[in-house]
Amino acid sequence: MTLSTDLRSAITHVMDHHGGPRAAMLESLRMIQQAHGWVCDAHLEEAADILGVSNAEMEDIATFYSLIFRQPVGERLILMCDGASCYLNGGEDVRDAVMARLGIGFGQTTPDGKYTLINICCVGGCDHAPAAVIGRDRKLVGPLTADLIDEILGEAAK
Amino acid sequence: MTEHKPLTGRARPDRRPHSLDEWRKLGGYAAVERGLKTLSPEQVLDMVDDANLNGRGGAGFPAAKKWRFMPKSGQSPGDGPSYFIVNGDEMEPGAFKDRVLLEAVPHQLVEGAILSAYATHSSEIIVLIRDAYRDAIANVTRAIAEAEAAGYLGRNVRGSGFDVKMWVHPSAGRYIVGEETALIEALEGKRAVPRKRPPFPAQSGLWGRPTTVNNVETVSCVSHIVANGAQWFRALSCTEEGGTKVFGVSGRVNRPGIFEAPMGTPAGELIEQAGGVSGTGVLRCFQPGGGASGFLGPDALDVPLDFGHVAKAGSMFGTGTMIVLDQSACPLAVIARHMAFYARESCGWCTPCRDGLPWVAQIMFRLERGEGRMEDLDVLRETVAIAGPRGRTFCDLMGGAMAPLGTGLARFGDLFEAHVREGCCPIARQYGRTAA
Ligand SMILES: Cc1cc2nc3c(=O)[nH]c(=O)nc-3n(C[C@H](O)[C@H](O)[C@H](O)COP(=O)(O)O)c2cc1C
Ligand code: SF4
Ligand code: FES
Repeated sequence: MTLSTDLRSAITHVMDHHGGPRAAMLESLRMIQQAHGWVCDAHLEEAADILGVSNAEMEDIATFYSLIFRQPVGERLILMCDGASCYLNGGEDVRDAVMARLGIGFGQTTPDGKYTLINICCVGGCDHAPAAVIGRDRKLVGPLTADLIDEILGEAAK
Repeated sequence: MTEHKPLTGRARPDRRPHSLDEWRKLGGYAAVERGLKTLSPEQVLDMVDDANLNGRGGAGFPAAKKWRFMPKSGQSPGDGPSYFIVNGDEMEPGAFKDRVLLEAVPHQLVEGAILSAYATHSSEIIVLIRDAYRDAIANVTRAIAEAEAAGYLGRNVRGSGFDVKMWVHPSAGRYIVGEETALIEALEGKRAVPRKRPPFPAQSGLWGRPTTVNNVETVSCVSHIVANGAQWFRALSCTEEGGTKVFGVSGRVNRPGIFEAPMGTPAGELIEQAGGVSGTGVLRCFQPGGGASGFLGPDALDVPLDFGHVAKAGSMFGTGTMIVLDQSACPLAVIARHMAFYARESCGWCTPCRDGLPWVAQIMFRLERGEGRMEDLDVLRETVAIAGPRGRTFCDLMGGAMAPLGTGLARFGDLFEAHVREGCCPIARQYGRTAA
């Protein structure tokens, strides 16, 4: 797989305008992930090549940040808040219900490749607790209840 | 301005941001125009100093004091720009105040950043925003583009002779990125591990250049100070510390939310604004400023919430976003979740934090399940003594984590012991596990 011309020029643009090649590493990974869902070896290496940094340096960054995915994730991403305000409003009941419905735990993807479930720190939606952010656009949803699971899964599909 | 809510009064309820034209009709950018054309950088700095603006990112350090460490134009050693960085990483448990400022009033942030850069002799502004805040990233990016098109950013801003560039750096997770020296590492394309200080960022920050890092809310105050004066800003507050504060109230309250109110507003009033305590309706305790602030009890409901008063009361004002626990909420359970969070987010650089926090988290969950031992409490106390506030770790993540644990142990010692003695959580037994 190779990167699209658009992605290649976007990476060059960030490098030229936002502080040079090193500063552009994370943004390159983010843009690749936004387009492809995750960052595969070939894409990481191609971006490293455009920026003129080594693959190892690129990998160093990719593995540090928890929201850069170096393995495939489901089409539908659910990032559930495990912060205290969500806990205090029944977040763990919703978590358990989602896990039971999907048959997976945090950090896992359903066998059909549809859903990936990840726990994340406070998503800044404590006034909608328990909250989650879902999908590639990180849409904030909440307050969640166990009966709203179908809706959550539906929203994540968008 | 809008009932003395300068920061959020113009925000729309649905958080749809204003276009540049709409913002200008509401008075936007007048302070930038006037500040750059009629005031020197030192005059802007002096105004912020007189306004008593304390940093809203957690530590409450006076903004002007930090800015004075920045070298004047032409006086910094070597070539290259000075940097002004806006910290929009907001990931502290219970913190959701910067989100609204970034999403709903991005032009206010751009205005504040231009004036702050001017006062700190910086010519490049970078706004780091966490990945989960996609609307914030989009709205600030758009506001910057509009401001640039109208000549408020770029070369020779509105004919003032001041040159400044601004852009957004979206991040991708990891709480430690919010620590200011780790943030600088992140912007240099490295793993976000905190740096040794000194040198402080004002001497050697991003790319070795003079750098100032301020919180989103701090920066959002600046245009108001320049527009209305330092005295006006100080008069907004109930205490010595200037301005309003964008407070958050969440946890066990009926109407959690963001409330802009005078700095120094007591917790009791804010909880009332948030519809009162939920669950049993009876307050057990609260953390006044996010996960890393110590617990206070019902006796502290009258304490004016600002950095000085909350510190005197034995906690920390932190982010100013309160987490409320009613009688049916177990503080041990909340501490356990906090510890799991800080353990996960440790950057791994120093041993007490990397290895100590997971251990502490395990003990807390064991205690919550009723499987703890009395010796566990000694281990917890020792850990607080070694690594507690201003302890022996490389950055404040570990010290911050120890604040709820240390104050929890001090305030709820009996409850810790009861968990061991009774072999279960006495509160859960009485009220059920997550009764809300
Ligand atoms: C572990 C850790 C995380 C932090 N996260 C943030 C953050 O997300 N946002 C923020 O403004 N400050 C954060 N801070 C505080 C910053 O280091 C810094 O003090 C602050 O951005 C300075 O801005 P201020 O002076 O305007 O408050 C964090 C500090 C630590 C130790
Ligand atoms: S205290 Fe924790 S987060 Fe801070 S430098 Fe040490 S290991 Fe990293
Ligand atoms: S604690 Fe869950 S959104 Fe803040």
